[in-house]
Amino acid sequence: MDALLEVSGLGLRFGGLEVLSGLDLAVGKGAIASLIGPNGAGKTSVFNCLTGFYRPSAGSIRLAGQRINGLAPHRITRLGMARTFQNLRLFRELSAAENVMAGRHCRTRAGALDAILGTPRHRHEEAAIRAAAERWLGFVGIREAAEQMAGTLPYGHQRRVEWARALATEPSLLLLDEPGAGLNSAEKAELVGLVRRVRDELGVSVLLIEHDMGLVMQVSEHITVLDYGRKIAEGSAVEVQSNPRVIEAYLGREENAA
Amino acid sequence: MPLYEVLLQQFANGLILGSFYALVALGYSMVYGVIKLLNFAHGDLYMTGAFAGFGALSLFSGWLGGGWGGIVPAILFSMVAVGALGVIIDRVAYRPLRQAPKLSVLITALAVSMLLENVALAFTGGQYTAFTTNLGFAGVDLGMVHVTYTQMVLVGASVVLMVVLELFVSGTMHGKAMRAIAIDQDACRLMGIDVDRTIALTFLIGSALAAAAGVLAGVYYGSINFFMGFLIGLKAFTAAVIGGIGSIPGAMLGGILLGLLEAFGTQIPGVGSEWKDVFVFAFLILFLVFRPTGLLGRPEVERM
Amino acid sequence: MSAGGGGAGEAAVGVQRSERSIRKGAGMALLLLVLLLVPRFANNYYLEVLSEAWLYVLLCLGLNIVVGFAGLLDLGYAAFFAVGAYTAGIVTIRLGQSFWLSLPIAVVTATLAGVIIGGPTLRLRSDYLAIVTLGFGEMVRITVRNLAITGGASGLVGIERPHLFGYALHSIGAFYYVFLLLAVLGIVASHRLENSRIGRAWKYVRSDEDAARAMGINHAAVKLAAYALGAIFAAIGGCFYATKMTAISPETFTFNQSLLILLGVVLGGRGKIPGVILGALVIVIFPELFRDVGSMRMLVFAVSLLLIMLFRPAGIWPERWR
Repeated sequence: MDALLEVSGLGLRFGGLEVLSGLDLAVGKGAIASLIGPNGAGKTSVFNCLTGFYRPSAGSIRLAGQRINGLAPHRITRLGMARTFQNLRLFRELSAAENVMAGRHCRTRAGALDAILGTPRHRHEEAAIRAAAERWLGFVGIREAAEQMAGTLPYGHQRRVEWARALATEPSLLLLDEPGAGLNSAEKAELVGLVRRVRDELGVSVLLIEHDMGLVMQVSEHITVLDYGRKIAEGSAVEVQSNPRVIEAYLGREENAA
Repeated sequence: MPLYEVLLQQFANGLILGSFYALVALGYSMVYGVIKLLNFAHGDLYMTGAFAGFGALSLFSGWLGGGWGGIVPAILFSMVAVGALGVIIDRVAYRPLRQAPKLSVLITALAVSMLLENVALAFTGGQYTAFTTNLGFAGVDLGMVHVTYTQMVLVGASVVLMVVLELFVSGTMHGKAMRAIAIDQDACRLMGIDVDRTIALTFLIGSALAAAAGVLAGVYYGSINFFMGFLIGLKAFTAAVIGGIGSIPGAMLGGILLGLLEAFGTQIPGVGSEWKDVFVFAFLILFLVFRPTGLLGRPEVERM
Repeated sequence: MSAGGGGAGEAAVGVQRSERSIRKGAGMALLLLVLLLVPRFANNYYLEVLSEAWLYVLLCLGLNIVVGFAGLLDLGYAAFFAVGAYTAGIVTIRLGQSFWLSLPIAVVTATLAGVIIGGPTLRLRSDYLAIVTLGFGEMVRITVRNLAITGGASGLVGIERPHLFGYALHSIGAFYYVFLLLAVLGIVASHRLENSRIGRAWKYVRSDEDAARAMGINHAAVKLAAYALGAIFAAIGGCFYATKMTAISPETFTFNQSLLILLGVVLGGRGKIPGVILGALVIVIFPELFRDVGSMRMLVFAVSLLLIMLFRPAGIWPERWR
């Protein structure tokens, strides 16, 4: 399988604190992969390194063969990686549609002068941006919420707005940071369907961080387990579940328990 | 005058100027350190302090005289009055906005600054007020350089105030509470620290120090006006940034350095005194861009 | 509800909306007509006051791009106003060129000034930025005060009045129209910018900078654009201010000037164009209505600003959520 995302030897330090070290990670084209690990294992830090918010202290990150570590977040997004946030980061006082329109920014070009003069480029792009926002809200199933203020939407819908916003950037890889957090079991079931549709209908690869093991095992084809900033296991759901190091990381050693 | 005497004279001037900057910078830095508020009104508290001290001295000098016997009580009065004013400002203007967006709080601070300045303007009609004392010019001569006792006392008083403050913040429970609030207000509330009271205390101390500096500046320059807080507010902020905002020794160091820089800067050929403020602001911008944590500030780890 | 019913409902809403926009358009046209006829009836005093009001509408709208749309506090905005005014002065007096030449030069100079001050500092925290812009404003004022080419403390006197199609702009009536035109252009440009790709990007950055970056928005470039555009508004206003006054001095471009323009933006409602227009009119017309208040006007403004921030933080006429 071709690798879309290749991470090798990734390291991250904050002062004397080693958050990540020697991490290798690969996500294949068209794959649904998960990153799991106990609290504080460094999962979100991995996302922050991948998306350019943290500057890794070691290693390399390649997206479709191109080295992206050290690039600014907006450039990485343009190259095809989009993300959602663990704690929702919507533009709360703007409408759902305006939130999704943010995703189109990096795929459009009209500048301030186009806007002031009302050039054809500006008008065409505006129409296309609005249409795309509607389309992506429709894809995640909340088209009717388009004109509502994002901050007032029900929590589950806010999560979907974040998805639509990320998908609107036309990513080749979508990073989902705990997409199931705060959802009830019915919403989680829909989430599994949505993840599969993103991959099957859009051809977008997915890497997700998740705490709900049921959800992880159900949806992911490949799982990487992180503990204290290091990879301790990887493989299919079955392989990971039976790995003694994983059990130890989550439950502690037998001696400690006794 | 030989060169070394020029330099010595400028060194003395810079030290005095710097100790004013440092006193004002301390309050700036403390408030910023604790609640991350850029208190634009801080320079105006310095101005208000000068007027409060002037008023007190006018009253006291009748029976205490216009020397240190009258000035010291005037300083203490001004510190208490302006300290209280600082607490009131925090209570009325800033506390209701603790959870508001930063832009709103900054604009509010600006409004408070405008208010203080224009109240003083209304009272004085924009005139300079002569701050008369009878301290005289007795002092020590070092070659051609004359340093008055007054100047020495000014620097000494500043240093004493700063040392007391540092001991307070590093050694008492109140100081510990301040430092804790700077890190995490919510956690402090959970631990039973009275956050609002501690913040009020911060304003009290910061404002009192600015008031002391204001009175000392009145004594030193011999005149005060409603606008005197504007520029020193800016420069004190610059000093706080140079030293590392939030750090007490940093504010002292930054203030003294800025005072010296200004004093020596005017001696550079081609840089007249009319350019010295441009010099100071350029320095501020350079520091903010290249070393935003200042000389003594700890680097912040950028986290999301 | 059946699909057909929904369609009819939508159509009804559409009709309502277009009716409303027609009524709004008619109201605007009427208002503009009245404003165009003002010089026929008003005396010079009213024309002076109104011309100044239109100038401040332009200035406040320019600052609104920075403060209202992009959410950055700029305390040195008068510096860009000064750049425009002094460009006009230098081009006409020192270089002996036509006033019209000063417009493109002022636009380029203001953009450069915006980029020079913005470039290195926009990555700073918002409160640091506020103080840097304040320092920058003072630097510009002190610089024009001390340079020979800008006429030092006494400024520049005898700035040429421009000609347009052989017609000399000199009466206050003519300048009334010039400033009205500038204000209208400023309103149209602001409105178009607000509802554009770049205008939305400002709001994203204002709302959540990290989320905006994650969406592929170059936050530094977007803020810089806000700075430059705001600077251009002020510079154009400055050029026409200089030629109307024929004399300029550094004392017009103090911190108080920056504060006054900021006041106009914040009082009315930052981010919302009608609010900003209202604020601009208030700061110009209020002192004229209450002349006896005189030197106390800033005190009154300070108190109202404080009250607004405490009780109505979004302004008198705030950006309402649609």
